[in-house]
Amino acid sequence: MEIPRHWRLKKQRYGLVGEVCPHCDAKIFPPRDVCPNCGDEAKELYTFSGKGEVYSYTTIYEAPAGYDTNAPYTVAIVKLEEGPMVTAQLTDVDNDRVEIGMPVEMVTRKMRNDGDERGLIVYGYKFRPR
Amino acid sequence: MPKTKSLPRGVAVVGAGMSKFGAFPEKNSRDLFVEAFKEMTKSVDKGLDPSVVESLYIGNFSSDQFEHQAHIAPILTDAVGLLPRPAVRVEDACASGGAALRQGVMAIASGMYDVVLVGGAEKMTALNTAQVTEALAAAADVPFEISAGFTFPGFYAAMASAYMHRYGMKSEHLMNVAIKNHDNASHNPYAQFSVTIQKWMEGRIAAAIKKGKPAPTWFTIWDFLHDEAGNPTVAWPLRLFDCSPVTDGAAAVLLVAEERMREFTDHPIHIIGSGQASDSALHDRPELTAIPAAKIAANQAFEMAGVTAKDIRIAEVHDCFTIAEVIASEDIGFFAPGEGFKAAEDGVTARNGAKPINTSGGLKAKGHPVGASGVAQAVEVFKQMRGQAGERQVTGDVPVALTHNVGATGSTCVVHVYERRN
Repeated sequence: MEIPRHWRLKKQRYGLVGEVCPHCDAKIFPPRDVCPNCGDEAKELYTFSGKGEVYSYTTIYEAPAGYDTNAPYTVAIVKLEEGPMVTAQLTDVDNDRVEIGMPVEMVTRKMRNDGDERGLIVYGYKFRPR
Repeated sequence: MPKTKSLPRGVAVVGAGMSKFGAFPEKNSRDLFVEAFKEMTKSVDKGLDPSVVESLYIGNFSSDQFEHQAHIAPILTDAVGLLPRPAVRVEDACASGGAALRQGVMAIASGMYDVVLVGGAEKMTALNTAQVTEALAAAADVPFEISAGFTFPGFYAAMASAYMHRYGMKSEHLMNVAIKNHDNASHNPYAQFSVTIQKWMEGRIAAAIKKGKPAPTWFTIWDFLHDEAGNPTVAWPLRLFDCSPVTDGAAAVLLVAEERMREFTDHPIHIIGSGQASDSALHDRPELTAIPAAKIAANQAFEMAGVTAKDIRIAEVHDCFTIAEVIASEDIGFFAPGEGFKAAEDGVTARNGAKPINTSGGLKAKGHPVGASGVAQAVEVFKQMRGQAGERQVTGDVPVALTHNVGATGSTCVVHVYERRN
């Protein structure tokens, strides 16, 4: 991804900032300005607590370029306390210790090294056991 | 949701063909599409004068990434000598072929055209595996799914672990799907892997002995499938033999208005139902153990066709991964939620079972040139319904059949229902 695309995502990536719908109160992540629940405009920012639980997961052995030095690593779909689910990598946990329902919290970590292109190191959210 | 309408004009398939699927360094998508076009032409019982074709719809996911060649529709139209017919590339990730078929159906049903060529083509093997993985990943939500390090095997693996947790399936159950689809493909000369897993394993042992290496101690295919050396983990719980391969291939079907079908054949196959639905990224779904858009598309197609899952004799479903076939068999209503993996284990979905699935070998063993897969499903159904599937022909009549084509993790699903009336 190009550097401006990463820059535009910094609020979501570093702060887990989504939106709350002023019409139906749905919490939204990732933000999209139109509420997926009621279809009305939803541009009010909302910072998630970062707490949630593992909804499902897998351990990646065949990793894509930029992630292969970490393989095998575990990625999960995390259900946040506020309702929405996010896709994220797990950290600070052995791959064989992960289970569905495990409580986790958000931390900021190095995501990938874009070094083969522009030397860019991308940071963002991962989740660890809590 | 808007009400499902019926087709304002009947549509029939009168010809269908595909290229050999596989890895062909010497061929590009033009060569593959020409091959499929010729096979389709041969299948038209009363012969085809190509000049009667009025328009083309071509499923292709990403010739720009795979071949650095965009604008593929007019190029493929030129390759088969059909200039200056209008041609449109249809892109819905791995459902591009099914979506192209639906565009063709609508073009005829609307009255705009009487004779339409629907094609699909993808040339994937010019890139290495990591590059193909990255190209396919573009079909997911790149900033919010792919950035976490997810891959397509990873998404389906997450669906598999949710399914195992909910229904008590073991990863071994998925191997039944791979064994069945390889067995079907061993009777399909157009398949990428026309070989059973037993033969595959024997080939690996023979190759090791020939090279003077220690022979692997696999006595049965279950030893082989449980061994990391034979069947390495790609994304737990999915292993290599749970995944469809990287494939070069093309397919083509000829659609005509029912009032003109007798010009082409006395054995047409009617398309009586068509459904399509869209969905979010995987993390925005209410559940991971079903694909909601597939259920919606199937219900639309059933309602339009006036049939139910009970009426469907065979189905070609989108088994990009073994778990995808299990989930598909439930989404199209063959089995109740949580029962699909048991049906696969019990042989219900085998060629001689009550509800045969993927008699062609499926994406798993026939191969998965992504933009062509949805069209190749229609090719298999056409052959089976006309009793032309050779060694893999199912026993008895196939009066009604279904195809189910999925894009990405189910962000697009396309379902068609077919009928033979004589």
